[in-house]
Amino acid sequence: MLKQIEGSHAMAEAIALCRPEVICAYPITPQTHIVEGLGELVKSGELENCEFINVESEFAALSVAIGASAAGARAYTATASQGLLFMAEAVYNAAGLGLPIVMTLGNRAIGAPINIWNDHSDAMSMRDAGWIQLFAETNQEAVDLHILAFRLAEELSMPVMVCVDGFILTHAFERIDIPEQAQVDAFLPPYDPVQVLDPENPASIGAMVGPEAFTEVRFLAHYKQRQALRLIPAFSAELGKIFGRATGGLLRTYRIEDAETVVVAMGSICGTIKDTVDEMREDGVKIGVVCLVSFRPFPVEALGEVLAEAKDVVVVEKSIAVGVGGALADNIEGALRNLEKRPRLHSAIAGLGGRPIPRDSLRRLFETAVTDPWEGPHFLDLNDRVVGREIHRVRKVRRSGSTAENILRQLALTSQLPQD
Amino acid sequence: MDHDFAVTLDVGSSLANHTGSWRTFRPEYVHRLPPCNHACPAGEDIQGWLSLAEAGDYEGAWRALTRNNPLPAVMGRVCYHPCETACNRAGIDASVGINSVERFLGDMAIAKGWAFAPPTAKSGKKVLVVGAGPAGLSAAYHLAMLGHSPTIKEAGPAPGGMMRFGIPKYRLPRETLDAEVARIVALGVAIEYDCKVSDLRATMREGGFDAAFLAVGAHIAKRAYIPAGEAAKVLDAVQVLASMEGEDRPLLGRRVVVYGGGNTALDVARTAKRLGAEEAIIVYRRTREKMPAHDFELEEALEEGVMMKWLSTIKNVEAGSLTVEKMVLDEKGFPQPTGELETLEADSVVLALGQDVDLSLLNGVEGLKIEKGVVQVGANMMTGAAGVFAGGDMAPSERTVTVAVGHGKKAARNIDAFLRGEVYAPAPKHELASFEKLNAWYYGEAPKTVRPTLELARRSSTFEEVVAGLDESNALYEARRCLSCGNCFECDNCYGVCPDNAVIKLGPGNGFKFNYDFCKGCGVCASECPCGAIRMEPEEI
Amino acid sequence: MTDVQMTDVPALAPDEAQQKLKFYQKGTFTVGNRLISEGERSVQASQARSNALTSGHRACQGCGEALGARYAIDAAMRASGNDLIAVNATGCLEVFTTPYPETSWQLPWLHSLFGNAAAVATGVAAAMRVKGKKTRVIAQGGDGGTTDIGFQCLSGMFERNDDVLYICYDNEGYMNTGVQRSSATPPAARTATTPALGPEPGNVFGTGKFVPKIAVAHNIPYVATATVADLHDLERKVVKAMAIHGARYIQINVPCPLGWGAPSCDTIKLARFAVECGLYPIFEAEHGRVTHARKIRKQIPVREYLKLQKRYAHLFRGGVDDPRVARIQAICDAHIAEYGLLGDDEEV
Repeated sequence: MLKQIEGSHAMAEAIALCRPEVICAYPITPQTHIVEGLGELVKSGELENCEFINVESEFAALSVAIGASAAGARAYTATASQGLLFMAEAVYNAAGLGLPIVMTLGNRAIGAPINIWNDHSDAMSMRDAGWIQLFAETNQEAVDLHILAFRLAEELSMPVMVCVDGFILTHAFERIDIPEQAQVDAFLPPYDPVQVLDPENPASIGAMVGPEAFTEVRFLAHYKQRQALRLIPAFSAELGKIFGRATGGLLRTYRIEDAETVVVAMGSICGTIKDTVDEMREDGVKIGVVCLVSFRPFPVEALGEVLAEAKDVVVVEKSIAVGVGGALADNIEGALRNLEKRPRLHSAIAGLGGRPIPRDSLRRLFETAVTDPWEGPHFLDLNDRVVGREIHRVRKVRRSGSTAENILRQLALTSQLPQD
Repeated sequence: MDHDFAVTLDVGSSLANHTGSWRTFRPEYVHRLPPCNHACPAGEDIQGWLSLAEAGDYEGAWRALTRNNPLPAVMGRVCYHPCETACNRAGIDASVGINSVERFLGDMAIAKGWAFAPPTAKSGKKVLVVGAGPAGLSAAYHLAMLGHSPTIKEAGPAPGGMMRFGIPKYRLPRETLDAEVARIVALGVAIEYDCKVSDLRATMREGGFDAAFLAVGAHIAKRAYIPAGEAAKVLDAVQVLASMEGEDRPLLGRRVVVYGGGNTALDVARTAKRLGAEEAIIVYRRTREKMPAHDFELEEALEEGVMMKWLSTIKNVEAGSLTVEKMVLDEKGFPQPTGELETLEADSVVLALGQDVDLSLLNGVEGLKIEKGVVQVGANMMTGAAGVFAGGDMAPSERTVTVAVGHGKKAARNIDAFLRGEVYAPAPKHELASFEKLNAWYYGEAPKTVRPTLELARRSSTFEEVVAGLDESNALYEARRCLSCGNCFECDNCYGVCPDNAVIKLGPGNGFKFNYDFCKGCGVCASECPCGAIRMEPEEI
Repeated sequence: MTDVQMTDVPALAPDEAQQKLKFYQKGTFTVGNRLISEGERSVQASQARSNALTSGHRACQGCGEALGARYAIDAAMRASGNDLIAVNATGCLEVFTTPYPETSWQLPWLHSLFGNAAAVATGVAAAMRVKGKKTRVIAQGGDGGTTDIGFQCLSGMFERNDDVLYICYDNEGYMNTGVQRSSATPPAARTATTPALGPEPGNVFGTGKFVPKIAVAHNIPYVATATVADLHDLERKVVKAMAIHGARYIQINVPCPLGWGAPSCDTIKLARFAVECGLYPIFEAEHGRVTHARKIRKQIPVREYLKLQKRYAHLFRGGVDDPRVARIQAICDAHIAEYGLLGDDEEV
């Protein structure tokens, strides 16, 4: 059913359609509206057979989900940013225990400096935790991916993180098609756990494993996650058939036929990039986009296929692996490594802490990549003057204090605060 | 269930890991000798029969008891219970009232008519027992139980020896004695009364006896030289107590003085009170601490109004009075005269200065050795004459009923071996279960049940039993106060406290065993065993 | 018979002399007692006990925690009709019971992390509720996993009144990692992080927390302390806790021979002494109110308890008692006064 609805509420409705049995809620912007929506559905009785638990921290939120999932209940939670970091130990644990928990991550920057706005630093911080990580481009996709996530998680007995851009998606009111319960039920069978805490059939789950078997445990986790490369397209196709529209997949391409320049990105920025590509195509530039849905597992083969003919690949990502550059770019580099005609790779860091990514900046970026390629990561719309001054100052003064504070002070002094 | 590799494990799989290999010390179940058993002159397995009694199996307890002592009802009254003196429970609250439980069992056996089960096989050997006192009766009982045919020849008209002629009725009712003797007789023991053996060898020859056990007792009163006037009435204790059994009660008068410090002196003084004496005074040359009589008997006597004249000797006796001299104890504790004299009024003086043995039956028996008026015997109770054994008061030892019963048993076992041409070898004794071997924490505080005593008023004028017995509920209570020193009582502590579940419980009556596959040798079981029935032994590595 | 007043004793012994069939004079405090019926005996006395924590585990010799865990879980197994799931925090208990490829547990058991046992148990309980199952849930951990790193989750579980019985096996330190101080380490105790050095050797006085009291402050239905030295009290409390729904907390004192520096055979003795000197008050509280205190049976000076342990050896150097012994005695005395640990026990 089509609804004009806030993204968070749409996701809440989609999650409810998946019949979760235990929902753990702890507030953190920008995911709060999702669990609020679920709370309403449970409290009102619309969502039956569901325990809604207000926990005291994100660490507890995922821990409660771990317990519930291990005991055979379909478990869901959501978090963002600092919350994900606070639950980090449990994030790894849920994956290590092979528990099919689904978690929404309302992507947000990580402090300090504290920042509530969108980027992908949080998701990237847990990229090696063993979870499947799916990125939604739109709220419609966010709805679909949650339904896909439960099926995928339970099929593989592995947790899935659905990454949705904070505010940009979570707080946006859009026209969204909310599926019918029967459609979801047709796609998602009741949770049939691979292993469960059961007094009738007891087992010890969570043993201590030493050097003699730890490598094998990790290999098997890796092997299992690679199975998702096959399952995601299959389930997406199945879901698309039920919903009567294309959805999900490992990645989506846009105008990459004959494209010499291909942009790769994840999440909502793909929309702006598509607009930019349309604009540039009108001007005769052979450019296209690859929207990556599945970051974990990383679809090396699928990426190789879509990037094989490109001359230049520009990776636009909303996080910075400090000291290296773009983590997504690094991963793409791996996908390009064995291509016959290896395209040039250009890494761009954009939209950190909610910095807007305007079309003209993107266009400039894509053009420069071809005409005047740069080394290392390029920081889109970096205020060179500010950083230059700070670097200069730090060189002079050994104890320079907080860089963030200093920059803010300078910006204030020069009234050069970036405008919306 | 389909398990994730390594992360999920099948329950109880650690049983494959035999942690017993860690052990450097190994716990072992042991039996240690309970102090009561150790102290019992009759060699009773007190802890053993108490454990049956506390479970309510009174007949089982009585049968276990009578394996060593055929006279529990008697013993439960007259034994001075060294077991209770030795009892470890005294270190917690008060010793277990073993003697009263023994009496309870003895009385119950009489009331229920329990009989001894005679042995199925007979040896055909005849054994002469001289004297139907406690030693003789005990020996005859044990010999009969061992399949032999004992015959008791008793000089007196009735069985019991000093139990009848030396112990007052208020301590040992004669029905009780008679009942226990009758049970021995029912086993096939022949007793011939008024049959004094004067020539042992002749009697044995004529009767065709293969061996003999002599236990004639010590019935001849010791006399001290005390100048006495013509009209002075001086009696001896044996005479007074024995005459209590006859028709004519001794006439002792209103004021009676008893001379001596043993239990017999107390018996006489208390008897005198019961016969109507207004005053019964015991004159003793030393102090209460030095007195050989048992303190509890003294207490009972004092409660009944018997008076004590400590540190005094009788110098002379006249009609109606006597003179005593005050004494002092020297550095070595011996009384020394002071020359200080005092006159006491007394209608009669009873001497209770000990007894001697009538050894006349031994005339002509070769190889015997007599010292200090008693027959010397070896560790096997045999005299210097082969096949002639002796015990009770006529052998060197403390003169108590319990010792005599013990002599009888020991002699019977040695006679049995002798008749088979063997040497009796008693089982080696276990290590003593002394108090520090116990973990007393586990025993709840439970004061000793005090046996009801007759009201003083009634006691002083009648010969009713002074100390009443326990009824079933308090006998059970008392039996359950037993700590079971040195012997497992299935408290489940070892089974419960083992952090490695390495103790296997075998079920009621079967105790436990260690599972050395898993026992790490921590020693908690041994530390927490209440009764000291587990010992840690170094493991051979 | 030495007492004249005894002449008034009637032929039958007075009522109080007749044994009560609670426990007998022999073996009043032992694990079992052959003289009472099977049903009245402790769970540990039974041949049919579940041995939820079975043999072959790798706990040190004389491990109090292994003992306490079997005591508690076996009792809970019986109380729940074996319909029980346990969640375990990281720590000694977890490590010595479940090293791949063997586990010593015989009930469904889950280990997630060090600090989240209470929350994981909440999740298990929620799953049982939503599934309409009657299965009961226990969370367990050591004092580190409970009073320190797991405290936030524990408090959350308490305040939500989740249907979980949390059992803390308190051995007063981080023993698994090599005996470091926890917030349950008592004053003056030497640990690897509170060495017996300097002007204030061992753990600092005036620090640490007593979680049972904090649990009581959450107004949860049931809080109790217990000890491996009193099995009957421990089992009674577990059974009582299992009969209640909502958040419950039992903290069991479990001596650690390794961490405390004591012979392995002294484990129960140490636990007993800790209670009998007043240092470890054994009590229970319901809905925020202390309702029962287990009385000291044979009071001892704390000195006797401390002397048995090498972690307090610095208090007795040179044959002279350090003044800190008196300070610890004062703590015991305060406990005795606060909880009313002396006197006769009322019937429970």
